[in-house]
Amino acid sequence: MSEAQQAPGEPYLRISGLTKMFGPFAALKDISLEIFEGEFVCFLGPSGCGKTTLLRAIAGLDIQTTGTVEQAGCDISALPPAERDFGIVFQSYALFPNMSVAKNVAYGLENRKMSKADIRRRVNELLELVGLPEQGDKYPSQLSGGQQQRIALARAIAVSPGLLLLDEPLSALDAKVRVHLRHEVKSLQRRLGITTIMVTHDQEEALTMADRIVVMDHGKIEQIGTPLEIYREPGTSFVADFIGTMNFVPGSVRGPGRVSMGELELVCDTDGLADGAHVTIAVRPEDIVVQGVTAEDENVYPAQVCGLEFLGSFVRAELASEVTGESRLLADLSINLMRHQSIAEGDSLLVRVPKEHIRIYRGSVSHE
Amino acid sequence: MSRAAAEVLSAPIVKPKASRDDRMMRAFMGVIGVYLLVSLALPLYVMLSKSLEDHDGAFVGIANYIEYFSTPALAYSINNSLYIATVTTVITVVLAFTFAYALTRSCIPFKGLFKSITMIPILVPSLLPGIALVYLFGNQGLITGLLMGNSIYGPIGIVIAEVFFTLPHAIIIIITSLSIADSRLYEAAISLRASKLRIFFTVTIPGCRYGLISAAFVVFTLAITDFGAPKVIGGDFNVLATDIYKQVIGQQNFEMGAVVSVVLLIPAVLAFMVDRVVQRKQVALLSARAVPLEPQPKRGFDLVMLGYVVLVSIFLIGMLAVCQYAALVKFYPYDLSLGLHNYRFDVMDGGGWDAYYNSIKMALYTAFFGTIVVFSGAYLVEKGRGFRHGRAAFQFLAMMPMAVPGLVLGLAYIFFFNHPDNPLGFLYHTMAILVISTITHFYTVSHLTALTALKQLDAEFEAVASSLKQPFYKTFVRVTVPVCLPAILDISIYLFVNAMTTVSAVIFLYGPDTNLASVAVLNMDDAGDIAPAAAMGMMIFYTAAGVRVLHYFGSRWLERRTQAWRVR
Ligand SMILES: Nc1ncnc2c1ncn2[C@@H]1O[C@H](COP(=O)(O)OP(=O)(O)O)[C@@H](O)[C@H]1O
Ligand SMILES: [Mg+2]
Repeated sequence: MSEAQQAPGEPYLRISGLTKMFGPFAALKDISLEIFEGEFVCFLGPSGCGKTTLLRAIAGLDIQTTGTVEQAGCDISALPPAERDFGIVFQSYALFPNMSVAKNVAYGLENRKMSKADIRRRVNELLELVGLPEQGDKYPSQLSGGQQQRIALARAIAVSPGLLLLDEPLSALDAKVRVHLRHEVKSLQRRLGITTIMVTHDQEEALTMADRIVVMDHGKIEQIGTPLEIYREPGTSFVADFIGTMNFVPGSVRGPGRVSMGELELVCDTDGLADGAHVTIAVRPEDIVVQGVTAEDENVYPAQVCGLEFLGSFVRAELASEVTGESRLLADLSINLMRHQSIAEGDSLLVRVPKEHIRIYRGSVSHE
Repeated sequence: MSRAAAEVLSAPIVKPKASRDDRMMRAFMGVIGVYLLVSLALPLYVMLSKSLEDHDGAFVGIANYIEYFSTPALAYSINNSLYIATVTTVITVVLAFTFAYALTRSCIPFKGLFKSITMIPILVPSLLPGIALVYLFGNQGLITGLLMGNSIYGPIGIVIAEVFFTLPHAIIIIITSLSIADSRLYEAAISLRASKLRIFFTVTIPGCRYGLISAAFVVFTLAITDFGAPKVIGGDFNVLATDIYKQVIGQQNFEMGAVVSVVLLIPAVLAFMVDRVVQRKQVALLSARAVPLEPQPKRGFDLVMLGYVVLVSIFLIGMLAVCQYAALVKFYPYDLSLGLHNYRFDVMDGGGWDAYYNSIKMALYTAFFGTIVVFSGAYLVEKGRGFRHGRAAFQFLAMMPMAVPGLVLGLAYIFFFNHPDNPLGFLYHTMAILVISTITHFYTVSHLTALTALKQLDAEFEAVASSLKQPFYKTFVRVTVPVCLPAILDISIYLFVNAMTTVSAVIFLYGPDTNLASVAVLNMDDAGDIAPAAAMGMMIFYTAAGVRVLHYFGSRWLERRTQAWRVR
């Protein structure tokens, strides 16, 4: 249905100035966003931040208060869901319990001038595609959660929609199945080349599956970027805190390119912040270097290991130091390194905080 | 003002476009809404305005009310009604609580059987316990001596009949609230070494307080609005309900009937509103996670409870047995030989066997059309998109019938449908108006049953269907109805049984060709043919009970057929 001609390079979906009010409460505030054909985009954020609300606005299920949604060059802002072009999978799957799996998948294919035989062929093809051939005669309640999820997916893509919307499709499953299905869903999306939006509150899910991630908080977009960008260069302290683990240390600017952390001065990009400004210095535990560090290097200070936490493939060390005062840094050390350097609690070592991995945020960060 | 709110004001607000489905759903809802308007709101409005008019239709303000309150014989009925309702409420709630307690907290055998027995009164018109009391305690009754000189005709008789009539309603409500108890609370209390009595008053009673309050208000409303029991056994003890009947049927004083109706409407509406608030709180309790309580056998306690439950069951079955005996006895108390003499309804006033067949027809129509209307209406309210005010208005209309006593509804129909200018006037005295009034009278409970079932469905079925471009009616027929079939059957059975037993609304509406069994019971009793009245009452009981049994097996069959896909 969305066959409107589209210039190459134009976004497939364009959302501008979207706001959604529930009474006096603004669930979405001035959301603008572009999504390109074939992209896999994740809406990521804590529970209650408005991800589902945004997805439902895109689907037309709960239309926004103000703002526009354009799909394939057409303004669909006010259209009801039935006049839009999308397939959707809900967290609950919403499979029709009284219909067999095959009937569920075929539901959208009916009344489309398709012959019975064609429908049957297409259903078999779809069941094959999601890896559940020969399950067509069962009822949804006879399938496992992961299988139901795949049937819901097959039903949604049966009619070849231009846009696939997934609302926390994996969060009702156990961890093992979830990891497995991440790959399945992602490779299916690649093969079909279908533009996909997935809502999730699980950062790992978003980082492994998405081409681009939209990080949201309190109804606003915090950052849009590829998983690597989001992880490496979190644009706000919220993103830095929400994704991965981050050391946050209070500090202040000491001239261009310099910040102080306790008595320690660090060289880093201060991004034009004024002298004396209070900032939060952020650095990821895995970016802190303790191997081959010499006292002459940049951003080096002596520290004591005051705690070690074994976390499987690596060890998280808590580093205290006189120069940093109250603030303690966490550093992730590989098992290999631990073996070679035989680091133990109470040891003293030289710590380097690489300049390129330091991020500076204005003001102080409140930890929940 | 927040920044976002300011932005909303500056940017144009998106006006959602209604889809074809939306427009169709709204149209259907409009149709059912108009039905409720015509069958409920308009008649009530006309009745209210009638109470402010004189015989000739001139507006007289509250003159009728002044006359009413200055006529001691009439105003005294208010006291009588309140008295009867209050005493009934206290007795019924205590009896029902003990019964429900026995069924949920003791280890007595045959709980299912006892629970079914308590449902007996639902299957008979409220006239029937009155008739049984006449045979038991009347002037030549079987055990009149037990009353020690008191007369059964009056408050004693009315209260006993009302307790019989209201008991099942209270028991259902209290059982529900007792079965949501959390065993962890009891374990905590026991570990604190609280005494049994203390646990009872600090854990048990507070735990089911909403159930008790709700039951009290339901019983109070039923008792104050009931017409059958005071009509048969009230003697010259007047209550509001019988006053309406007498004003309208006896004296043809419709305006005064309207005034009494308004007076009767007040406690009913108040009780209804309190009950709604309480029900909402109870629902909130229900959704809380609890570990269900498993009663432990305690010999002495279980024996006492069993004795009590048997006693109540004997009371309930006994009333029916007396009626059946009375129906079979040739000429009580002079010729006690048994026979079917009293079943020759055709030689008596009251409508004969035709009335019985009419009742069955009426009940079938009511169950069939009523279920379709009620379930569709509930579906449209629950699953419709947008159209918030329309849906809220519909919901309000659907809740109203619960607060309107049957007699009041019936009288309102006289005013509305009998009005010379009403194009729907041709409906008066027809089967159609009996069916309409009965559907409307019992609308609310059916509507709530349907809503409960619909709320249990996944909320996204409709969203999925519209994303797949399938019309809503297809999903309704192929998914919603099959999944809700048990609830749909419950609604139809509820409507059928109530249509068989109701007297109050239809008493003003039946015509020469549309006499009903329940009305025949009343009229035969009025004419002194008490034995045939009992016989006809028992026919109603057997029919309703038979349908219930059918329903039971039907549901079992359905359960087996659909257990492949039903999630247990
Ligand atoms: N129908 C509604 N009425 C009022 N508030 C709502 C409604 N739907 C969502 N909200 C509120 O909007 C916020 C965002 O909700 P949602 O989009 O569901 O969050 P999530 O990011 O977890 O999916 C929440 O605070 C929620 O309470
Ligand atoms: Mg959500």
